[in-house]
Amino acid sequence: MKLRRSMLFVPGSNTAMVCNAFIYKPDTVMFDLEDSVALSEKDSARLMVYHALGHWAYANIETAVRVNPLESPYGILDLEAVIRGGADIIRLPKTDTVEDVLVMEKEIERIEKACGRKEKIKLLAAIESAQGVVNAVSIASCSDRLMGIALGAEDYVRDLRTERTKEGSELTAARSQILLAARAAKINAFDSIFSDVKDKEGFIKEAEYIKGLGFDGKSLINPNQITLLHKVYAPSEDEIEWALEVIEAAKEAKTKGLGVVSLDGRMVDAPIIARAEWTLARAEASGLLGERA
Amino acid sequence: MNSRVNEKEANTLTSVNAPVFTCKDLAPKGNDRESKLCDTIEEAIKRSKLKNGMTISFHHAFRGGDKVLNKVMHVIAKMGFQDLTIASSSLATVHDELVEHIKNGVVTQIYTSGLRSKLGEAISHGLMKKPVQIHSHGGRVHLIKSGEIKIDVAFIGVPSIDKFGNASGSKGRSKCGSLGYAFIDAETAKYVIAISEEMVTYPNLPSSISQDQVDAIVLVDEVGDPSKIGEGATRLTTNPKELLIARRTANLIEHSGLFNEGFSIQTGTGGAALATTVFLGDKMKEKGIKADFGLGGITGTMVYLHEEGLIRKLLDVQSFDSFAAESLDRNPKHIEISANEYANFSSKGAAIKQLDVVVLSALEVDVDFNVNVITGSKGLLRGASGGHSDTAAEAKLAIIVCPLTRGRIPTITKRVNTIITPGCTVDAVVTDQGIAVHPRNVELKRKLKKAGLHLVKIEELYERAIALCGEPKPIEYLDRSVAVIRYRDGSVIDVVRQLKK
Repeated sequence: MKLRRSMLFVPGSNTAMVCNAFIYKPDTVMFDLEDSVALSEKDSARLMVYHALGHWAYANIETAVRVNPLESPYGILDLEAVIRGGADIIRLPKTDTVEDVLVMEKEIERIEKACGRKEKIKLLAAIESAQGVVNAVSIASCSDRLMGIALGAEDYVRDLRTERTKEGSELTAARSQILLAARAAKINAFDSIFSDVKDKEGFIKEAEYIKGLGFDGKSLINPNQITLLHKVYAPSEDEIEWALEVIEAAKEAKTKGLGVVSLDGRMVDAPIIARAEWTLARAEASGLLGERA
Repeated sequence: MNSRVNEKEANTLTSVNAPVFTCKDLAPKGNDRESKLCDTIEEAIKRSKLKNGMTISFHHAFRGGDKVLNKVMHVIAKMGFQDLTIASSSLATVHDELVEHIKNGVVTQIYTSGLRSKLGEAISHGLMKKPVQIHSHGGRVHLIKSGEIKIDVAFIGVPSIDKFGNASGSKGRSKCGSLGYAFIDAETAKYVIAISEEMVTYPNLPSSISQDQVDAIVLVDEVGDPSKIGEGATRLTTNPKELLIARRTANLIEHSGLFNEGFSIQTGTGGAALATTVFLGDKMKEKGIKADFGLGGITGTMVYLHEEGLIRKLLDVQSFDSFAAESLDRNPKHIEISANEYANFSSKGAAIKQLDVVVLSALEVDVDFNVNVITGSKGLLRGASGGHSDTAAEAKLAIIVCPLTRGRIPTITKRVNTIITPGCTVDAVVTDQGIAVHPRNVELKRKLKKAGLHLVKIEELYERAIALCGEPKPIEYLDRSVAVIRYRDGSVIDVVRQLKK
């Protein structure tokens, strides 16, 4: 399973960021062609992101692109460029209904066919309204291209007629709904950005909270937040020990031809093994296994 | 008093024909019998018997806030002096006025660690007949001690002074902290003029420059601009690229085998180098170890670690910010040292020989690990040699930190524009796109690999930089040399040639 803890937003018109974002090694780079790009920059940003997608610098990193809405003059142009450019994921701008996903999917299929792209591009739906949250369950399972749904908190709180706070109680309902919808559809769930880049403690607190809820990761707007987030998601020493023991026990069971084994008196079965593998994947991504080897 | 010994006998008893004592040769008693205080800079210069063709010296502890050099040069030019050599420990942007003095023939030769701004630009384009001699901080002391630089008159700006010449760097409105670079001038110049803005009661002790070194004192309205000397503590960078490099550098140091109880460290200025200090502080707390000393240009960050008890002593040749300057006055284990004690090649004991780790910035590094910190990407003189080559040569582990590219300019190049620090003294280069260890340091490579750090070849970094930026067009130079790069032992390691217009 691919780790997706950090999804770094990179304004498509910011040359320095497009040139540099890969060095911070987020799990996914999210080039933005929508809100962070001025109208006068839409074409140049699209061109720049297109070239970045094909550059070796982004060869070993998952890339997503937030495109403009299809209703706008730029949406189709964006899609044409980034599907051909080789993006892994398209982030839908604002997803309120299943229809929004299906319309996008249809266009994507047409372009993929036209350019002969073999690998199907994945979709990430951003839920940014009350309607979207209400429809989250049906949205999450409406397309096999969907790899995840993400909360876009800024627009959502505006729609709710409230404001964002550091405690985030205004997001409680949306977070629960999006997480449940994602889990039921067996896709990823991503939390919204934390906009005060200077508030390290606040960020860590929120990251710990959403990790505890069960989110796979979070959208980020500043590279400095990546290390902090990965630290939060890094498994503890004890968790790694446990996971290594589970994998060891599972291996042993396999060689002995046993279906299940017990570890310290507790049964080790498939879900436990999956959890242990997940822990080790996170440990490796956090560089915690290197020193053991 | 009648003489108890006759002249003839005295002559036979001493090897120097010492004269016989007589009371009338004594000067009158009293504190102010020979006042050192001069009303103006001009009066002090007259007393110094400065002549055309002589060498005058300055220090750069006031950095961009220096008001002394320009003031003195203005008076010197007005007095009609010609053909002088300036031996300043370094020159900053504020010293652009020298361009006029060079054009008018007042200054014909320069010794300095650094050149910047319009002065650097003009010299790069051939302003001076004689090439500028660029030396390191340690190298300057060596050139003075070996007799190449003979200082006739030293003009030493000081934040506070007493009437007898005891001067302090860490007390006064324009406090600059350590005056370590000026010690050798005070010691060796034929005539020492101390210039200050604050007269305090005698004795102004402990002092940086002592009464027995000062010939004349001038009070002026101001010697420095505190806001440009370095206000507050140098702030920690928020630039993610610099933080990334710093984190990587701290990891390297942690696994270098030198990160043990009682180690020692020097970090230059520059965002990544400063942040490395902070990350190291965290690692020291985690590991429960302390450093015996921090060396060099001392920053507020170093002072924080000292006051937290993580670094036992600070050896300070230059205080980089006012927080460090104040600490020098406040913390008894924050100690002012001379450039000779710090880094001189021929010193009987330079502290860099005891140094474990140094973290240095760079304008360019090439595939042979040579480092340039003096000429920019357009070939202009715009930096300073500083303690770069001194510390790299002596520290057990010399780490260069730099981004792989700056804008569209590659930092890792095939051949640096100018060599300040030879690659054979560098151990590792840390960039945002990987760490390269000098092939000579097999042991370090082994240790880092074992710790799971990802290493790359420097050629690989170069190729990446070129793949991102393209190969830059070569700079077009003429044959004539405008600056000579003197290595710390006085040898010539490189030259800077005149730029084609």
